Amino acid sequence: MKQLLWFFGIATTVKLLLIPSYHSTDLEVHRHWLAITHSLPLSQWYYDETSEWTLDYPPFFAYFERFLSVFANLIDPRIVHLHHGLNYKANSAIYFQRISVIVSDLFLLYGVYISTRNLPSLKRNLVWVLLIWSPGLLIVDHLHFQYNGFLFGWLLLSISFLAQGKDLMGGFIFAVLLCFKHLFAVAAPVYFVYLLRHYCRGGLVRGFARLSAIGAVVVAVFAAAYGPFVYHGQIQQVIRHMFPFGRGLCHAYWAPNFWVFYIMLDKGIAFLLRKVGFNIPTPVASFTGGLVGDASPFAVLPRITPMTTFIMVLLALSPCLFKTWRDPRPRLIARSVAYAYTCGFLFGWHVHEKASLHISIPLALVAVESLEDAKHYFLLSIVSCYSLFPLLYEAQEYPIKVLLLLLHTILMWFCFSALFPKNIAAKGSLQDDKKSTQYESKGSSRTAAEKQRFELGWVAKSYLLGVVVVEIWGQFLHPYLLGDKLPFLPLMLISMYCAIGIVYSWIWQLKWIIIFS
Amino acid sequence: MKKKGEMKKVVKDKLNDGEHDDPWWWLVQKGIKSSFLCVSVFALFVRVAVGLHPYSGANTPPKFGDYEAQRHWMEITLNLPAKDWYRNSSVNNLSYWGLDYPPLTAYQSYIHGVFLKTFDPDSVALFSSRGYESYLGKLLMRWTVLSSDVLIFFPAVLYFVLVYRSMRLGMGQNSDVAWHIAMILLNPCLILIDHGHFQYNCISLGLTLAAIAAALSQKDLVASVLYCLALNHKQMSAYFAPAFFSYLLGKCLKNKNPVLEVAKLGLIVVGTFAVVWWPYLHSKEAALAVLSRLAPFERGIYEDYVANFWCTSSVLVKWKKLYTTQSLRTLSLAATLLTCLPSMVQQVLAPSSKGFLYALLNSSFSFYLFSFQVHEKSVLLPLLPLTLLALEERQSLLWLTHFAMFSMFPLLHRDKLVLAYIALYALFILVYFAPGGPCGRCNSSKTRDHSQTTKRGMEFISSIAFHPLVMGFLGLCSLILHVIYLTMRPPNKYPFLFEAVIMLICFSQFVLFTLYFNSKQWMLSKHLTSKDKQKKII
Repeated sequence: MKQLLWFFGIATTVKLLLIPSYHSTDLEVHRHWLAITHSLPLSQWYYDETSEWTLDYPPFFAYFERFLSVFANLIDPRIVHLHHGLNYKANSAIYFQRISVIVSDLFLLYGVYISTRNLPSLKRNLVWVLLIWSPGLLIVDHLHFQYNGFLFGWLLLSISFLAQGKDLMGGFIFAVLLCFKHLFAVAAPVYFVYLLRHYCRGGLVRGFARLSAIGAVVVAVFAAAYGPFVYHGQIQQVIRHMFPFGRGLCHAYWAPNFWVFYIMLDKGIAFLLRKVGFNIPTPVASFTGGLVGDASPFAVLPRITPMTTFIMVLLALSPCLFKTWRDPRPRLIARSVAYAYTCGFLFGWHVHEKASLHISIPLALVAVESLEDAKHYFLLSIVSCYSLFPLLYEAQEYPIKVLLLLLHTILMWFCFSALFPKNIAAKGSLQDDKKSTQYESKGSSRTAAEKQRFELGWVAKSYLLGVVVVEIWGQFLHPYLLGDKLPFLPLMLISMYCAIGIVYSWIWQLKWIIIFS
Repeated sequence: MKKKGEMKKVVKDKLNDGEHDDPWWWLVQKGIKSSFLCVSVFALFVRVAVGLHPYSGANTPPKFGDYEAQRHWMEITLNLPAKDWYRNSSVNNLSYWGLDYPPLTAYQSYIHGVFLKTFDPDSVALFSSRGYESYLGKLLMRWTVLSSDVLIFFPAVLYFVLVYRSMRLGMGQNSDVAWHIAMILLNPCLILIDHGHFQYNCISLGLTLAAIAAALSQKDLVASVLYCLALNHKQMSAYFAPAFFSYLLGKCLKNKNPVLEVAKLGLIVVGTFAVVWWPYLHSKEAALAVLSRLAPFERGIYEDYVANFWCTSSVLVKWKKLYTTQSLRTLSLAATLLTCLPSMVQQVLAPSSKGFLYALLNSSFSFYLFSFQVHEKSVLLPLLPLTLLALEERQSLLWLTHFAMFSMFPLLHRDKLVLAYIALYALFILVYFAPGGPCGRCNSSKTRDHSQTTKRGMEFISSIAFHPLVMGFLGLCSLILHVIYLTMRPPNKYPFLFEAVIMLICFSQFVLFTLYFNSKQWMLSKHLTSKDKQKKII
C-alpha cells in the first residue's frame, strides 16, 4: 500500500506540474456545468441553453458537478456564475478544475488498490506502472481535461468485485458508473449476461430471488439518478441531451476504427470509378456533420446509420456474449469487458479517440498474466496512446506527449522483460503463477515454455517502426514537402495506422475468447 | 535492535515475493545504462513540464529578467562581430543586459541565436526584439535549455555514474545507482533555475561534472580542459577552482616528476583559455575589456537577500556603508581563501577521490558564504558535489536541498514558480524516500552503512544534528514560514522581514554544514589514505 501511494504521489507531482499546459474546450464545458448545476434548480439543468455546452452527461455526473461547485463557489464565485463565468479563464478557475481532477483520481487509486490486492508483488508493481502512470489517462485527463481517472476507478472497482465473486457489489458499482457516464454502457450486455448466468444460478427459486435482488439494486441506482427528472417529467429531454445522434459517424478527429477503412474504401472506389469514366458526384455532407439533411456523405457505398453501427457492435460482441453465457468465469470478466469496449470502439457511432482508454485500462489488469498477453498489451497500449496524439496539437505539448509515450514504452519494456526473463531459473516462479491461473490452457503454456523471453516479432517491430515513420511524416516531412496542401493527410494517416493496430487487437482478443476460454 | 530490524525485513520480503528483495529489480536488472535511460527520460519530461511555467521577468517591462538577458545576448552575438560583443557602442548598449559572462557563453548564445533565427527571426532581430515575448519565442528558448541539458549535463551524469560505480565508491546494489542518478538528475533547484527561472547552469555544471568524472578516472588533462571550458562558460565555476587546483596539484606532487606534470597541466589550461579567448587576444585592451565585464564589482558585495555571511551579518554590521567596494573586495577574497584553505591543504597533502568530492563541496560553500557578489542561485554550485555524494551523505542531502530550495523561495515566488516549486519539492522528497531505495529501506541497513564511513565522534555530531526532533522542529518552522510568506504581508516598517528571517535560518544551516563537511574531509584522510595507496599499487 505504501508503495502504491508512492507511485500515486509521483504521478500527482507530475500532474501538478502540468497544470499550466494546454487544455481543450472541455475545461470550459465542465466549468459551465459547474455553473449550471450551481445556479439553476435541478429542473432546469437539462434545459439550459446559455452556452453551446449543454449538460450531456447522466445525472450522477451532474450531481458530482454540483458537489464540486460548492467548493468552486468558496474559491471564486465567478467560476459558477452562469453568465459572468462564460469563458472565464482566470487562474483560480483553471487551478480549481485541474486540482479537482487530480483529487478525483483518488478513486482510480482506490480501484487499482482493490483490483491488485491479491497479485504477487512484482506483477502488482507492473500493473501499477501501467495504470497509475498511464500516459493515456495523463494526456486525456490532465492535459486535455476530463474526469476519466475518476470514472475508471469505478470501472476497475466493479471488475475486481466481479473477479472476486462479489457479483451484487460489482453490478451495483457498474450501474452507478453508467449513471456517471453512459459511454460505459457498451459493456452492459456483457455485464447483463454474466450476472444472469453467474449470479442468478442455482435453481429456479434461488435464481429468481437473486435476479430480483440485482434487479432491485439496479433499479434503485437508476431511480436515484433519474428519479428527480422523471418526477419533473423531463426524462425525454435528458435522453435527448445524452444521445446527440445529430453528430456524425466520426468525430472531428477520426477515431482509429473500422469506419476509417470504410470511408477510405468509399473514396477509393469513387476515385477509380471516376477514372474509368462514371459520373460520381462528390458528396456534400461531411462525416462529422451527422444526419443533418438527407445527403449521404458517401459517394458509392451505402450510408451508415446509428442503427447499422448498433447492430454491428452487437454482432461483433456476440461470440463473447455466447461464451459468457455458456461459461461465466470471474477471471475472464476483465477480458470480456475490454473486448466489449473494443467492439464499441471499432464499430460504434461517433466514437471519440479518447475511448481507446476503455480498452487499454481494463486490459492492464490481465496484461501480466501471460507472455502473449504482455506482447499484445505492449502493442495495444502504444497504439492507444499514439492515437491520442492529435488531441494535443500545439507545439508546446509536443515534447510532453512524445516523452510520455517514450517513457511508457521503456517502462513497459523493462516490466515485461523482467517478468518474462530468458533464464530458466526464473521459470519456477512463473510456473507457480501459472498454476494459480487455472484457465491457462495447455496450448498457451507450451508455447510460453518454448519462448519464455519477452521479445517482439518482426511484424510487431516493423509496425512500431511504422508509428515513428507516420509521426515523422506528419510532423516534419509533410509540412516540408507538401506545404499547406492536403492538410488532413497526416491526421488521416494516424487514424488509419492506429486503426490497423486496434483491428489487430480486436482480432487477437476475439481469438483469445474463442480459443482459450 | 539491528537484528530485529533485519528479521522484519526478511519476513516482509518473504511475504512480498520471496525472490527479489528489491522492488526496483525490474527496472534496474538490465544494468546502469538502461536505468539511466529510464530515469533520464523521466527527468527530461519533468524539465519540459517545468518549462510550461512562467520564466523570470515575464511581462515585466522595461528590464524583464534573466530570460530577456539570455535572449538579448543571442540578439547581440548573432548580429554583431565577435569583437563588439563586450564593447559599449551605439548598437550595443551595455547597460541593458550587457554581456557579462565569459566567451563560451557568448558562443553558446550565438549558436542558439542561429537556431532561433531559423524559426522565429523576429525574436533575435537587432533592436526591435528588445523585450520580445511570444508563444513560439518562449518555446524555442525553452528548447535551447532542454537541448543543452540533454547534450551536456545528462551525458556528464552518465559518465560520472559509470566512473563512480567502477571505483566502487558507492554501495553495490543496482537500485542504489538508479537512485543516485535520480538524485543528480532530479535536483529540484537546478531544474527550477534552468527550466523555470531561465538560465543555462546545466552547461557549466555539466562541464564541471564531466571534469570531476575525468579527474576521478585519472584523466587529469581531460579534466583540466573540461574544467577550463566550464570556467569559460560561467565565471561562477571558479567556486570549484580551489578543489580542482589542490587535487590536481596533490596528485602531481605524488608523481615521480612533479614539475613535468604541473607543466603539462599548466600548458593545457593556457591552451584551452587561448582557444576560447582567441577573438580577444589580438590586443591587450580587448582582453582587458572583456575581463572587466566579467567582474561586475560595481554591483555591490551581495544582492537581494542571499544567505551568505556578508548579507546576513549586514543585519548587524552595515558593510556597504563602513567600507569602500575596493576594501570589501580584498576582505571577501581573503575570507574566502582562508575558509577554503583547510580543505585545499588536505587535498594537496592527501589527494583522494572521496576527499576530492568533499573538497569541491567545501570550496564551493566557502565561496558561496564569503565571496563577492553572490546570488541566491549560486547555491546550485555546492549542491552539485553534494548530489554526487548522495550515497554517502544521505541525510545532509535531504537537509541541504531543503534549505537551498528555501533560500531561493523568495526569488522563485517573484517568478511565479510557486506551483512548480511545490511539485518539484514533493517529487524530490518522494524519490528520496523511494520504497526500496537507500533511504526508504529499513533503518538497520542505513546505520550500518554510516558506521563504515564515519568515526565515532562524527557519528555523535550527526546524531545530534540529524536528530528527528531537531529536524522536525526546523522542518516545521520552514513550512510555517512558507505559508506565512505566501499568505501574509510584512509590516510596513520592515518590508523584507520574511526574506531576512529565511536568510538567517538558511545561513545558520549552511555554516553548520560547512563546518561538518570540512571536519568530515579531514576525518577521511586519516583512514582513507592507506586505502587509496593500496588501490594505486594494484
